[in-house]
This record gives sequence, C-alpha cells and structure tokens, in this order.
Amino acid sequence: MKPGRDADVIIVGGGPAGVAAGLELRRQGVERVMLLDREADLGGATRHCAHSPFGMLEFGRVYIGGAYGRRLTREAVGAGLDLRMRHSVVALAGEGAVEVSHPGGVEQLRARRVLLATGAREKTRAARHLSGDRPIGVITTGTLQAYVAFHGLMPFRRPLILGSELVSMSALTTCLSHGARPVALAEPGPRLLARAPFCWAPRLAGVPVFTGARVVDIKGRGRVEAVVLKLADGSLRSFDCDGLLLSGQFVPEAALSLTAGALLAPGSGAPQIDQFGRTEDPWRFAAGNLLRPIETGGWAFREGRAVASAVAADLGRAAETAPPVVVTFDDPVKLVVPSLMRPNPDNRGRALKQFQLRFTRAAKGKLSLHLDGREAWSKRGQWLPERRVLVPMPAATATAGAIAFRFDAD
Amino acid sequence: MAEEEFPTEGEVFDVAIIGGGVVGCATARRFALAGARVVLIEKGSDILSGASKANSAILHTGFDAPPGSLELELVKAGREEYLQIHGAMNLPLVETGAYVCAWTGAEADALEAIAQQGRDNGVSDLRLISGRDARAAVPDLSDRLVAAVEVFGEHVIDPWSAPLGYLTQAMALGATVLRGAELVSGEFDGLWHLQTGRGPLVARSVINAAGLFGDEVDERLGFAREFEIRPRKGQFVVLDKAARRHVPKILLPVPNEITKGIVVCPTAFGNVLVGPTAEEQQDRLRATVEEETLDALMAHAGTIVPALAGMPVTAVYAGLRPATEQKHYRVLARPEQRAITLGGIRSTGLSAALGLAQYAVTLHAGMEAPVTGPVQAPPPVTMPNLAEPFERDWQRPDHGEIVCHCELVTRREIEAALNSDLPPGDFGGLRRRTRAGMGRCQGFYCNARLAVLSQGRLAVPLDTAEEEA
Repeated sequence: MKPGRDADVIIVGGGPAGVAAGLELRRQGVERVMLLDREADLGGATRHCAHSPFGMLEFGRVYIGGAYGRRLTREAVGAGLDLRMRHSVVALAGEGAVEVSHPGGVEQLRARRVLLATGAREKTRAARHLSGDRPIGVITTGTLQAYVAFHGLMPFRRPLILGSELVSMSALTTCLSHGARPVALAEPGPRLLARAPFCWAPRLAGVPVFTGARVVDIKGRGRVEAVVLKLADGSLRSFDCDGLLLSGQFVPEAALSLTAGALLAPGSGAPQIDQFGRTEDPWRFAAGNLLRPIETGGWAFREGRAVASAVAADLGRAAETAPPVVVTFDDPVKLVVPSLMRPNPDNRGRALKQFQLRFTRAAKGKLSLHLDGREAWSKRGQWLPERRVLVPMPAATATAGAIAFRFDAD
Repeated sequence: MAEEEFPTEGEVFDVAIIGGGVVGCATARRFALAGARVVLIEKGSDILSGASKANSAILHTGFDAPPGSLELELVKAGREEYLQIHGAMNLPLVETGAYVCAWTGAEADALEAIAQQGRDNGVSDLRLISGRDARAAVPDLSDRLVAAVEVFGEHVIDPWSAPLGYLTQAMALGATVLRGAELVSGEFDGLWHLQTGRGPLVARSVINAAGLFGDEVDERLGFAREFEIRPRKGQFVVLDKAARRHVPKILLPVPNEITKGIVVCPTAFGNVLVGPTAEEQQDRLRATVEEETLDALMAHAGTIVPALAGMPVTAVYAGLRPATEQKHYRVLARPEQRAITLGGIRSTGLSAALGLAQYAVTLHAGMEAPVTGPVQAPPPVTMPNLAEPFERDWQRPDHGEIVCHCELVTRREIEAALNSDLPPGDFGGLRRRTRAGMGRCQGFYCNARLAVLSQGRLAVPLDTAEEEA
C-alpha cells in the first residue's frame, strides 16, 4: 500500500452488501479493508425489521432483525475488517477519497478503491407530492420499524397504509403486533403489488383493501386526523385515522453520488455501474440495494460479495480508463442494472452475470435485448411492476458498441 | 412541554406584544433594548408557527418595493440593522445576489423600468445585463433567458434562527415569553388589561403583531377592524442539495401587480427553493400543499434551470401570508390607547422586521408611554449556525453522534435546543431550531430517535405512548 492511504478499500455502509463485500475482500487477501457506517451497529436496514427472517442464503440459518446485524459484526470482526462505526461519509472526493464526520471530528480518508453500499429507503411524503396538511404521523415503514425495533414506541394507533408491496405487508404485521389497528390499506395501482400469499394479509386481518385508490388529502393540525382517498370509481372517501403509513416505493440512498455530480441511472436514481459494479468514476464501485430498490438481504449480500471480487481484481490494475457504453431502454422498463458496460473481451471477472430489470407497470409483450442493432435475446410474457426480472448477459455484450432493451407490447 | 412560568398578579409590563412571528420577536427585542419591560404572548405551542414559518428566506434590498412606501423604508432599515447585528449574533448571511430574469422581449422591455425603480428606491448596486452575460455567471440558466437585472444586495438568510435570536436577546434583557397564550380580549382604562388563554396580564401599551389574525386581534382589543386579512397561500418545493450548484443566485421573475412571482433560489441550508404560489383563501389555519401545484412548480423550475428537471424533492410546504385588501403595510398607531398595530406584513416581513421594530419604538415614544428602564446594550447572544456555507457542529469534535444524517444534525445540537432559553414547543419548533428531520429522507432514519430525545418535551409528542397511558 502506498503511504498516505488509510486502506486498500473503503466500504461505505454496513448492511448485508457492505459487510459481504468486506468479508470477500479479506478472503481474497486484501490487506486493509475499512468499513464505515454512520450507525453504532452493523446490519443496515435489517436492523429495522423485527419480523423478517434474514440469513438463510448466506449463513444457512435464520436471524431476526438485530440478531442478523450481530452475526454480521462477528463475521466482520473475525475477518479482520477495520470497522469504523458512527462514521458518516459526508462527501465523496476524487480518486478513492471520502470526507467523514465522526464523534471525534472530520477527516478525509483515502483508499485505492471505494465501494458504496448505502442501501435504499422509502420515498417520502414530500417526494410523492401528496396533497394536504403536514401534520405529525405521516411516516414510512422504515421509520415505524425504527420506533418499534429500537425504542419500543408507536407513532400511531389507527394508521392508513399506503402501498401494497411486500414491505407494506410487513408494515401491516408490525402494526398489528404492536397494538395498532390499520383502518385501511390503499394501493394506487390496479392490483396489489405483493405476491400471494403475502397480499392476502390485510384481508385475513380484516383490514379493508382499496386498489386504484389515491391519497388526495391529508387532514390534521397537530397529528393526522383524516386521510381522504379517491377510490377507483372516482368517489371520495374520508378515513378517520391518526397516521398515514407510506410503504414501499423504495429509492436508492444515492445522495453522496448525486451531490458528487455522478451520473445517476434513469428510472432508478441509482449510481450507474458496469458489469463489474464499477461506476463512471473508475475508483468507485457500488453494490446492494443502492443499485436497484429493492432486493432481499440475501441478494444484496451475494451482490456485495460478487462486486468485492471484481474490486479485488481491479486493485491489481491501474484505474480503468475505457469509457463505458450506456445500456438504453424505454418505458415500461423502469430500470436496468448494470446500465453501463465496459469492454471486456475475454468476458471474465464480471460481478454481474445477468441484467436485472424492473417494470414501471404491468405490461404484456416481448422484451428483447439488442446488441449493435441485432436481437440477442427475447422473451414474451406478462411483466409485473416491482418484480425481479433477470435477463442473461451474452458474452457479446461485453464488446458491443450499442446495447439496448426493447419492449413490444402485444 | 416546557411551559413558561406565568407572571405574578400585580406585575405591570411596559409593553405587551401579541404574536410570536418574526415581527413580534424583532419588536420584543427592540423594546427590550429601549429599556421596556416586555411580555410577548403567542397562541401557538411555539413561536414562528404562523406566517413566519414559511417564507422564501430572502433578505431583500427593497429594489422592487413601492417607491416612497413605508414598506420600502422599513425593508431598508431592517436590512441595514440585520447587516449590523448578524455577525455578533452568529446569524448567517449568504451573499448570493439576484437576477430578475426576463424570458420574453416584453419582459426585457420592462427591465429598464425595474432598474430605474431600484435606483429611485436607493438601491444603486444593480445593473442590466444581457442573457449571455447572465448565463456566463450562472451557466445552468435556460438559454431562453433574454436579459436580466442583477441586484447584488439580495441575500439569503436563515428565516428561523434570526427571529429566534431576536427573541432570545429580548429574554436575556428580561422579556417574558408566554406560548400557548392566545389573546382573548383586552380593555384599556389607562392600563391594558389583557385576558389570555393562560391568565390575565397588565401592560401600559400593546403591540399587535398577530400576523394572520391582525384584524381579529384589533377587534379583540376593542378597536374597529380597519383592515381585513385575506390570507394568501404560497406553496413551495425544496429541492435536494445536489441542486444547489446549479442555482448560485436568487432567480426572480419580472413581477406583476399581485405577486413577486415564483422564485428559484438557494437556501441558507444548501437546498434550492421553488415558490411561492399566490392563492387567495379564506382559511387562516390550513395551508395545504396540492399535488398538481407541486408538479407545476417542479415543471416551472425546469424551465428556468433545465438541470433542475428530475431533481429529487427534499421537502414541500405551504405558508399563508397576511395580505389585506390593500397592498401596503397596515401600521396603525392609536396614541390615546397606547396601541400599535403592525398589520398586513404580507411578504417582506423577514427583511422588514427589525425596521418595523424600530418604527414601533419610534411611534411608541410619541405616545407619552415611558418605558421604565434604561436603554440597554445588546446582550451577547450567539445562535447555533445551521447554514451550509459556514461551520456546523458536525465539523467540530465531541458532538456525541449525528442524529439526523441528511442534515448532519448532532445530538449536542438537539440537546442544546431542548435545553435553550426558548426550547421548542413542538416538533416543528425542534426542526426549525436544529434542521433535524428537514433533509432528504424527511425523518426516515432520525424520526424515531428524535421521538426518544424529545420525549415529554413537546406539545404534540411524536409517539403515542402518552395516549395509551
């Protein structure tokens, strides 16, 4: 290691992806791996989840919430990771440097590569442009879970739940098991987004479900007093409630990249990466739910490990200088990961061996991948929003000058 | 919630100020400096909970104020005093400057008159520039820009720390602040006998700085309504800090008769603000945001600075301006009853507040209502800096922990606010004092932690544990 560097690799974020990356880098013999997390404990978003099981894929057993984070900590300490907790990265600097604030003050840390694994969070009320008053009690599932899991508090007793993703069903469960009784669950789209059997949860719990229902007004001076929905038939219905739980609509926690002026992927707002997990800044990599809100903790873990492997290989070389090819796509495709491709003639060492796609809405038709104008892959079917779509990445992708996804509706 | 001790019976204040907005806070400070025994009553659970909670945070020069108006005079006096005191009080001044942007030939034709009005108003530090020159300094401005007037002295400040500082300084001189104390009625028999929601008060003079309720408070004091508040709603969108580098200056439109128009401007906290709208309404309490309007504001921002299209939204809010049936300030002095009304301060209150306070003291001095104490030197009050270009607490060691990661708010800052001379009365007050929860995640990470740190301290608690008990 050159003098003046604080580590070979700095990982930002101690959730499943970041810790997995650290473990893999150490396993591959990278000497100094520093992991920064702004919280006091590892685990990232899994710490919020007092219910969902984690760990089956990576550790062969099931952990709940904080226990998973403790297992990550044991693994990280055992592997000799340089763990720096309560370290908030406040800015990304050039060539592998990051600006950090911690209880001791501020400093700049430098490494040969930086790996971002800052995860995702739910879209806020402001970002959703929801109409109405701005009382206390309009919060996301992540916030609710922090109240419950960290502090044993409840922010409301009779919330209305907006959204119907898997996390919405977790929100429902969290409410019911902590003394809150949701008054309704509203989904703006035409059908519930979570798969069966999860999407049956509200009805099983006797919570009324409304699809095609939009929030058109929030009322309340201090705390939420009522939420007005515009139902699928166009009628307005007011629900007396003391909270509005905004669930799902995850967005990448990409603020560091955004403020650093980095290229963000259209559709997802995530840092753009190539097949190695490398961003347009060749010293910077990214992995986990930061790339693509959202996947399971197990998926993020494996992705962190895979990108770490590419980082380890990259350490032995000068920073990549080849300009990337941008993968193009159109509605109804919402996002594609990776969205960049760098020349890789032998097609080896890729961190991502498939394209991951998401759809903005339900669509029926043919999805196809075109390399230099020629169709390289296609599949016809019914595509649903918020579902994992995987597309093989043919060897020729790594040398193509134009890479495009197309969708032809039936 | 920490409730201030109510004054003992028999205590006579020199001046009772009704309303804890920016005007009331500045007025309390100025009277306290003049030696008056001051009481300020505020009906909300915290100060700055009416019109002053939402504005565009610009320290105006008065270049576009009506020539010869009281508003112009007081904006200039208020601005002058802010420039004098902000250093000692550690209140930020972000010296951005502004462009008045002409997007059409017709608007460009109006610029010369705007510049001339500015010079007539005594604001000489301005110039007409071409669209090309404007874009040389602000490269992300849309190339539709035809021309602009550059006004160098338009700056950005922290709209909450300033009034909080004014009132804190008044308190350091012995002023009493009573929150949750709505004025019920007032009677004058040589002394003012005020009934408040928290008990009776006696004062020699009253100052009505009740903002959106100015006309109603005049009536409760036994006066005829000489003006009528017609609330004008303004909705705002706050863009992510990533937008800031695209907007180094305040970008104003060519104004029309009714409103200064929608501004795209930097904030002291490092964001970009788009707004306000100008929507007349009856309701004085509800200031709702509306999806279509927020969408339209975003679209508008993209036409001014194309790089803002698709920029993440950090916050949205709406405020009510206390406009009246006339455009000008409604300052009324009633020497016989020793009463002053500072009414209809509809959109320049933040800039003019210190000037209004000076003016109120002058009016009061002509009323044969002597203050009981000697003139005071300003006590040393320094406010915690929340503005982005200057040093923040997270940059200093031993801050404990960062509680709000988006705005980098430390536990030390939150504890200092909760333990200050004027602690927050509600969650909004905590946010305004520290910026906790004001950032891009809007409390996703810190809201629960703030609920714990503020437990038992706020009028409306964040958690519902108390309801259960």
